[in-house]
Amino acid sequence: MKAPDFAYARPASLDAALALLAEHGEEAAPLAGGQSLVTALNMRLAAPRLLVDLNAIPGLAGVSEEGSIVRIGAMTRHRDVGTAAIVRERLPLFAAALPHIAHPAIRNRGTIGGSVALADPATEWPACCLAAGATIVVLGREGERRIAAGDFFLGLYATALRPGEIVTAIEVPVPGQDAVWGFDELARRHGDYALVGLAATGRRAGGGLADLRLAFFGVADRPVLARDAAAAVEAGDIAGAQAALAGELDPPDDPATRAATRLHLARVLLGRVAGRLRGDTVTEGGRNGV
Amino acid sequence: MSTDATGLTFLDRPNSYIGRSVPRPNARRLLEGRGVYVDDVAMARLAHVAFLRSPHAHARILSVGTQAARAMPGVIAVVTGAELAQVCTPWIGVLGHFKGLRSAPQHALAIDRATWVGEPLCAVVAHSRAEAEDALALVEVEFEPLPAVVEMETALDPGTPAIHPELGDNLAFERVLDVGEVDATFRDAEVVVEETFHFGRHTGVCLEPRAILADWAPADGMLTVHHSFQAPHMMQDILCKHLSLPEGAVRVICRDVGGSFGIKVHIYPDEMATCALALMLKRPVKFVADRLESFQSDIHARDHRVTARMAFSAEGDILAIDMDDLTGIGPYSVYPRTSAVEANQVVNLTGGPYRHRHYRARARVVLQNKAPTCQYRAVGHPIATMVAEGLVDLGAARLGLDPLSVRERNVIPDDAYPCAGVSGIRLEKLSHQAALAKLKAMMGYEHLRAEQAALRRQGIHRGIGLAAFIEITNPSAAFYGVGGARISSQDGCTLRLDPQGGVVAAVSVTEQGQGTEGIIAQIVATATGVPMDKVRVVSGDTQTTPYGGGTWASRGAGIGGEAAWQAGKALRGNVVSVAGAILQADPGSLDVRDGAVVDAATGAERMTLAELGRIVYFRPDTLPPGVQPEFVATRHYVPKDYPFAFTNGVQASYVEVDMQTGFVRLLKHWCVEDCGTVLNPLLVDEQIRGGIVQGIGGALFEHCLYDADGQLQNGSMADYLVPMACEMPDIAVAHVVSATASSEIGAKGAGEAGTAGAPAAVVNAINDALRPFGARVARQPVTPEVVLEALGLI
Repeated sequence: MKAPDFAYARPASLDAALALLAEHGEEAAPLAGGQSLVTALNMRLAAPRLLVDLNAIPGLAGVSEEGSIVRIGAMTRHRDVGTAAIVRERLPLFAAALPHIAHPAIRNRGTIGGSVALADPATEWPACCLAAGATIVVLGREGERRIAAGDFFLGLYATALRPGEIVTAIEVPVPGQDAVWGFDELARRHGDYALVGLAATGRRAGGGLADLRLAFFGVADRPVLARDAAAAVEAGDIAGAQAALAGELDPPDDPATRAATRLHLARVLLGRVAGRLRGDTVTEGGRNGV
Repeated sequence: MSTDATGLTFLDRPNSYIGRSVPRPNARRLLEGRGVYVDDVAMARLAHVAFLRSPHAHARILSVGTQAARAMPGVIAVVTGAELAQVCTPWIGVLGHFKGLRSAPQHALAIDRATWVGEPLCAVVAHSRAEAEDALALVEVEFEPLPAVVEMETALDPGTPAIHPELGDNLAFERVLDVGEVDATFRDAEVVVEETFHFGRHTGVCLEPRAILADWAPADGMLTVHHSFQAPHMMQDILCKHLSLPEGAVRVICRDVGGSFGIKVHIYPDEMATCALALMLKRPVKFVADRLESFQSDIHARDHRVTARMAFSAEGDILAIDMDDLTGIGPYSVYPRTSAVEANQVVNLTGGPYRHRHYRARARVVLQNKAPTCQYRAVGHPIATMVAEGLVDLGAARLGLDPLSVRERNVIPDDAYPCAGVSGIRLEKLSHQAALAKLKAMMGYEHLRAEQAALRRQGIHRGIGLAAFIEITNPSAAFYGVGGARISSQDGCTLRLDPQGGVVAAVSVTEQGQGTEGIIAQIVATATGVPMDKVRVVSGDTQTTPYGGGTWASRGAGIGGEAAWQAGKALRGNVVSVAGAILQADPGSLDVRDGAVVDAATGAERMTLAELGRIVYFRPDTLPPGVQPEFVATRHYVPKDYPFAFTNGVQASYVEVDMQTGFVRLLKHWCVEDCGTVLNPLLVDEQIRGGIVQGIGGALFEHCLYDADGQLQNGSMADYLVPMACEMPDIAVAHVVSATASSEIGAKGAGEAGTAGAPAAVVNAINDALRPFGARVARQPVTPEVVLEALGLI
């Protein structure tokens, strides 16, 4: 299919972009990496009258360490997020997620801001943001807002973004010396959307774990923090944690996979990631094959 | 393999390219991005068509309002089914040799009734595809939804409405075969195993989607059709028939084609409509299927449920097979090859490698409101192979026998040929025993079993799966012609020697990326004695090539190649005859090697072909009296002594199953196959590998999922999972060579073998891994969910 006609603007500043978005309201759509929006246009699932291309705006891409946070510009490409030296050193969770995101061509174009703003519930960055306690920085004509990841993802493709606002950065607290993390996902083919995925953070405390945050994705309409399961893992009860997931996750039935399958896989994934966290092996997940 | 006049065998000719992995001439052009696919053909006044497709699986079309669409910018025409039917007549997909096969007249654009989601019913022609799509949104159709027949299991129930009321019910075709004493054999057997196999409906996904560009030139009275297609002469004949044009008024050109796999050998309503629109509008009209409409409108395949049982003796002899196949083919049998072939092949092929003499099979082919199914790569083979090989493994497990040894025990011995298979198929020469022996050594079977047992003790669960198969190739007229289809089974090659010593080869077999033109160039170079880089191959044009069937059912090399070989020998004979007259030498003492006429005994050069060409074309006045050179030679070939050249092979798969997640990891795959003479090992091996990957697609990934209303649920590349490189195993390929005596080159086909055996090998391997857990799977694709259900974990 061919996209319906649309106008295209390539503003050179944030102010100009925000002015265009304000002027055209719901008929305008910001264009970041285009990896989801352009497909939607071609399938005629979306028909904005105006695309506001954010790619020419200076200063929106790049990773920097600012005190106790790592700031990731919204227009930073997936690949550049995951391979940045600061991210690899300070945010190994994000670096571990990168190989699971689609394929190289998509990683080279898609942006973390675009992914967060789209809020596809099966994607990696929103769950990483949730697990890491990130702040989503958004900007509109009324000014900047800083929204905790936990308050940002509201549902299927639904976020706390207001009309005319765009995501400008993701700010992630730098984990402490005693931090642990885990990431794993199960996908039918490498690069597919996850059947279920888990991004986890926490810290070592005594012989166990504390402040554990288990952010599941692909099992609800948004990334979900499994708090009861986290508490059970902290208490050393992995079986109890797996049982608790039934009350915390709401996996969808889709034509290819039943909800029960996703819930089962979420339990398996929890067992594996929690086992690695407790075993002090701060490494990325195992091989899951096909 | 015969010897030629020089006493050399085909393989031994001094400059033979046969059996060598020479690169194919068109590979570089395609890799440089200079291929010319239908969408690359430029034409003045080109119009683009987009089709409105039914959103309902079954609905009456009460009205089609086109006024608003006609008023849209760029729109040239909006054409309904009734309007198009004035130009294009309907067709019925039945053939005489499938007794009782029934279908209903099918129009290029549905008129009164839409019968599947995706059926085209209105065409919008505009200056661009985007404008055509804009206008499509304004076509107003009033539908009256009708009950949809979706499930094949209930399609024949008395309470299920007939999709075509005039047929009375939804049974399109039924075949029953009963050989030997099946009931008595089962009654007396030591062991009987039974299984119900489900094969998910899937489709062939070509890199280049279906595409057609039709140009009607009224002054010439000529319809020129550029088509992404496998069988240009068949398309020409059908366009003549349904557009009421004489043969000379239709030219079909298939330039580069980006994959086909059988998808592009059928008559599609939207493609017929595009040609009719060119006639109506007197201008070129192009249709390129986008990926979403490909999933809805390309043929699907493999929608089967087979319940089958196998009887064994205590020693492990296969005694009998009894099976019942049910398949759903959509609302129409596809024209002109029909949708009965797949089930018919399942009946013919199941258990084909083995020597049991008792066999009963019933196949029922039912209509349903889903996309039509028809022939896709390895038609019926993966189903037949899975059924028999799945049962063999069940029997071996029950008897406590090694699955490889059970196969060694039961295959038709290599010294038993020629013979007939239990279904009545005639087998010239197969090599199951040699293939099994080669596979066993190649995969290190005993070592692998030991490794499997050792890893099992560590909680790592791996499985080894085997699948012996037979494959139909080199079809004669027995496939379609005897049933009344105007589909040629003979093919031809015309060679012309040009003045500088180059050869142009025009062939009726066609190229879709598998290397047909490369094979032809190898054979022509070998037969004529011209260096391969001086052979140019022309294919895919009804006006410039000999008449023939094109490429399907693995016939390009075996049939087209033999025609090229015979044409090459004839041309060489003509060349040495003229050269002999000039050189005052006995033509029998001359040969052509590496572009020069040589003394056959010593190899000494007598004259170059360029010198000969100079004399013949520019100074014919100097030729001896009475010498009239004919540097054009044409030969045709069709296999006559066997209806098909059966080939055989065996595959093995080694997998690891994660017993917690149900995920399957493919560790390694092996295939030993026998396609007779291997003309180009590189091309054959890649055919096998590509076929295996498509087979794995069906085994693990590909599935056209419909809901209860007949809506396709996953018709996009995001949701329909094709096999991808990351998940594929290394694939080792080896060959046994049993050349067919039907032809001099001795080549059989190799296009289906990979797909025929791969699903059974993989599924058997999964079941081998699952066996200690008392679980097994029999439903393809084997998703993690299917495995988890088998393990009782969900």
